Amino acid sequence: MKVGVVTFPGSLDDADARRAVRLAGHEPIALWHGDHDLQGAEAVILPGGFSYGDYLRCGAIARFAPVMTEVIAAAREGMPVLGICNGFQILCESHLLPGALIRNDHRKFGCLDQRLVIESNRTAWTNAYETGQEVTIVLKNGEGAFVADEKTLDMLEADGRVVARYVGNPNGSQRAIAGITNEAGNVVGLMPHPEHAIEALCGPGEDGLGFFASLARVAV
Amino acid sequence: MPDRPALDTVDVAAQDPDREQPWADLGLKADEYQRIREILGRRPTSSELAMYSVMWSEHCSYKSSKVHLKQFSEIAQETPVGKMLAGIGENAGVIDVGQGYAVTFKVESHNHPSYVEPYQGAATGVGGIVRDILAMGARPVAVMDPLRFGPLDAEDTHRVLPGIVAGVGGYGNCLGLPNIGGEAVFDETYLGNPLVNALCVGVLRHEDLHLAKASGEGNQVILYGARTGGDGIGGVSVLASETFDADGPAKRPSVQVGDPFMEKLLIECTLEIFAAGLVAGIQDLGGAGLSCATSELASAGDGGMRVDLDQVPLRDSTLAPEEILMSESQERMMAVVEPGDVARFMEICAKWDVEAVVIGEVTETGRLEIDWHGQRVVDVPPRTVAHEGPVYQRPFARPDWQDALQADAAEALPRPGTGAELRETVLRLAGSPNLCDKSWITDQYDRYVLGNTVLAQPSDSGMIRIDEETNLGVAVSTDCNGRFAKLDPYAGAQLALVESYRNVATGGAKPLAISDCLNFGSPEDPAVMWQFAEACRGLKDACVELGIPVTGGNVSLYNQTGETAILPTPVVAVLGVIEDVTRRTPTGFQAAGEEIFLLGTTREELSGSEWAHVVHGHLGGKPPAVDLAAEKALATLLADGLGLLTSAHDLSDGGLAHALVEATLRQGIGASVTVDGDAFVGLFAESAGRAVVTVPAGSVETLTALALEHGVPIRHLGRTGGESLVVEGQFEIALDELRETWTATLPAALA
Repeated sequence: MKVGVVTFPGSLDDADARRAVRLAGHEPIALWHGDHDLQGAEAVILPGGFSYGDYLRCGAIARFAPVMTEVIAAAREGMPVLGICNGFQILCESHLLPGALIRNDHRKFGCLDQRLVIESNRTAWTNAYETGQEVTIVLKNGEGAFVADEKTLDMLEADGRVVARYVGNPNGSQRAIAGITNEAGNVVGLMPHPEHAIEALCGPGEDGLGFFASLARVAV
Repeated sequence: MPDRPALDTVDVAAQDPDREQPWADLGLKADEYQRIREILGRRPTSSELAMYSVMWSEHCSYKSSKVHLKQFSEIAQETPVGKMLAGIGENAGVIDVGQGYAVTFKVESHNHPSYVEPYQGAATGVGGIVRDILAMGARPVAVMDPLRFGPLDAEDTHRVLPGIVAGVGGYGNCLGLPNIGGEAVFDETYLGNPLVNALCVGVLRHEDLHLAKASGEGNQVILYGARTGGDGIGGVSVLASETFDADGPAKRPSVQVGDPFMEKLLIECTLEIFAAGLVAGIQDLGGAGLSCATSELASAGDGGMRVDLDQVPLRDSTLAPEEILMSESQERMMAVVEPGDVARFMEICAKWDVEAVVIGEVTETGRLEIDWHGQRVVDVPPRTVAHEGPVYQRPFARPDWQDALQADAAEALPRPGTGAELRETVLRLAGSPNLCDKSWITDQYDRYVLGNTVLAQPSDSGMIRIDEETNLGVAVSTDCNGRFAKLDPYAGAQLALVESYRNVATGGAKPLAISDCLNFGSPEDPAVMWQFAEACRGLKDACVELGIPVTGGNVSLYNQTGETAILPTPVVAVLGVIEDVTRRTPTGFQAAGEEIFLLGTTREELSGSEWAHVVHGHLGGKPPAVDLAAEKALATLLADGLGLLTSAHDLSDGGLAHALVEATLRQGIGASVTVDGDAFVGLFAESAGRAVVTVPAGSVETLTALALEHGVPIRHLGRTGGESLVVEGQFEIALDELRETWTATLPAALA
C-alpha cells in the first residue's frame, strides 16, 4: 500500500514514520504541507514534531496547511489516517477527532518507554493487535494530556472509540486515554509514538510495528 | 527620543582623529586600542571599534589560551582509522569513519548566559553548537549536554537547574535531535557558575565537506535565516547608546533568545542547499555575529569582501550599524554563492520559508569593506580582526596551596569497617546527587527521534547508527571529574580523557578523536592559568600516547565568583566508531547466571573520590594514577570482545560498588560477588583503567585468554542473578531498596 507521510515545517518524526511504513511492508511517500496533492497515497500519516513551531496552540496552524484540505476530504471518505503526537493534535484541531491535547499535568516534557493497553482492534491502524493486548511504545511530548467534556468521554467509551489507554497515567490524560478513533475507525489519533518502537536495536522493542502492519488488512 | 548621532564613517574618522572612543567600556586594553589605530593608520570608526572589541574578546580570540592550545596541533592529525578531513580552526573538526562517511563533533560552553537566563542560555547553547556542525556540511544527528551545578540543596540550583534542563530539552527536542548522554554534576564551586556545555555530532559523506571561506571574486554573500535583532549585543551597547543620553544608556539585553523552529527550518534548508551543490563557503553566525562571520570568511578566503549592511533584514529598524555588526541574534547563517547559483539558492530558502538576502560580494581588495546606505563605515584587513588578535603570555604559577592540598590525602580518613557499614555506604553513595539516577533530567530529552539511537543515557556512551544498511555507527561520551583536576590538573585532564575513552570502548566502539571544553576560572589568576596550562599539557601528552587527535573545542574562562574559581573542569568528549552497531555491548547486566569479571588493577586510591566527597566533604590528596598503556590495552580488549561480552560497564565515580549498583539496576538483574582483600578499598577506590564485564558461563576461558593476550589483569567477581546485590561475607541489599534510594534523590529535591 502507498502510505503518505506529511512533512510540515517543524515535523520531526517524518523520516521515522516513513521507515516504519517501509519495515511494515508498505511503500512510503513523502507528502509536502504546501501541496494540494496526496500523490496517490492510500493512507496518510501526520507525524510527530512541532508543526510551524507550535508557538500558538499545538496543531492550530497545521490544520490550515494546503495539504490538509485533501487529507480531511479523504479521511471523511474513509481513507486511513493516523495522527501521531503532533499529528493527533492536528486531527483534533481539524475536528476529525473530538477532544484536545493540553500540557502534561507535571508541566514537563517527558520521554518514556510507556506501557499501553490496546482497547480496540477495530480500526484501520490497530487490527493487527488483540483487544486488551499490552504493548510498550515510546511516549514523548510536552502537551500530551487528552481532555474532552464528560459527555464526549462517555460517548468515546460507549462506542468503543478509545483505541489505547496508558497503564498508569503519565501525563494527566482523562481516563488515561492515549489514543482514539473516529466513528468509522479509519482515523486514529495516538499520543505515543509507535514509529519509535519498530526495531529492538533503536527503541524499546517492536510493539509499534502493528500499527503500520494493520494497513495490510484494510481494503482499498 | 534624542537624535541619532551622526554616522561615524571612515571619512569622518580621518577628519576627526582625536575623538574620544569608549574602547575601555568595550573591554579593550589601552595597548589593544593603540594597536587598532596602528593597523588602520587612523582611529577606528565606531563600527570598526565594535568589530575589533568583540573579535578580540577572550571568547572569540582565545588570547589567554592560544599559547597553550597551540600544542594540540602538534599531535599527528590522523585517527586510528584515517585522516582528519578538517581540524582545529574550522567550525568543527571532521574525521573519517570509513565507508565514505565522515563525522564531525564539537563541545562548547554557554555558561554565563545560562546563569543569567537559564532557559534561553541553555537553549541557545544547543542552537549554537548545532549550527557549527551544520556549517561543516553535516547533518546533525545527536546532542549531549555535560552540566554542572551548585549543591543540589542550594536555593540558586533550584533556580538554574530546572530552567537549564528545560532549555536544553526545549531546543533540542524541537530540532528533532536525540539527546544521547551528558553529565549532571553537583559541586559547591559551581554555585553562581553553573556550567552548560553542549555537544553535537554530525554525519556527512566525504565529498560533502564545506569550509568557512569566501573565495572567488564576484561570488555573492548571502545572509539567511532569522532577522537580526537587538539581542545578544552586550558591551557594544555603550557604542550605540552613549551619545543618546550620557546619563542613562539604554542597555540592550545581552542574552540571546532562541527560536528552535527557525533553526529546524535552517537545518533542512541548508542541507537541501548543500545537496544541490550551491555553496562555495559557509559560516554560521554565533558569538560576535556578523563581525565574526564576515571577517572570518574573508580572512580564510581570497581576503576581500564588500558588504551593504543596510541590506540586513532587521527585527528592529532602529538598530545602528554597530549594533547590527555585533548582534548575536540566533538562527542565522552566511553563505558564499556563485552568481549563477543565487536564484536556485533563493528558491530553496523560499520553499522552507527562510528569509535570504544578498548582502555583499567577495572581492580581491584584501579588505573587508562595509557600507551603510552608501557610506563606508568599515574598511579593515580582515585577518587583523579574525585571526591576528592579541596573544597574551599570561603569567602562571603552581599555587603555594597545591602541596598542602596534595598532602591532605583521603586515604587517611576514617573508613567503614563492618559489612553493615559498607552496606550503608553503598546506599548513601547511590542516593548522593552525583551518583543518583538522573532520569528526572534525561526524561525531559527526546532520545528516540531519528530512529537511530542504539545507546543513550544512562549507558556508558551514546551510540548512533549512521547507516541503516551496513550498521556503521559512532559512539560518544563526555566526562570530567573536576575534583581530580583540582588535585592535579595535568593528571585530572588525563583522567577525564581516559574515562571518556573507556566509556566509548565499553560499548565496543574504537575511540578515534577528542573534542574538549575547557572550563576554568580567571586567567588573570596565575594559579588558574597554571591549572589551565597543566590541563592542556596533560591532554596533549595523553593524546599523543593514545594516538588520537584533538579535533577542536572551546575554552571558557572567568568562571568564578569573587576569588573562588570553579573546580578546573576540562570536559573531554571522545568519539569512537563501531562497524556494526547490532553487535554493541550493553552497559548493564542482561541475564541471570552469567559470570562477572573485573578488568584492570585496583589500587588504594581514594583521594578525590565520591566517597571522600559524600561521606567526609573532603577534597585532598593525589588523584588516581594514569596508565595510558593500560587504558589502550583495555579498550582494545573491549573492542575485540564484541560478541563475547554480554555487558561491560566502566568503573569511575563511586568505584566498583557503584558500577555494580548501576549494572544490576539497569535490567533488575541482581549479582553476587566476592571482593578480595580490603573490601572497602575494593568497593570504593576509584582507580582508572577498569571495567566490569560479563560473559556466559561457557565463555570464561575465551575471556581469560583474551585478557592474557592484551595483558589486562582479570579477576572473577561472581555471578549475575537474584533479586539483590550481594557482597559475600559483607552484606546484601535488595534491588528494590537500592532502586528506591537511587531514584528518590532528584525528584525529592526538585519537586
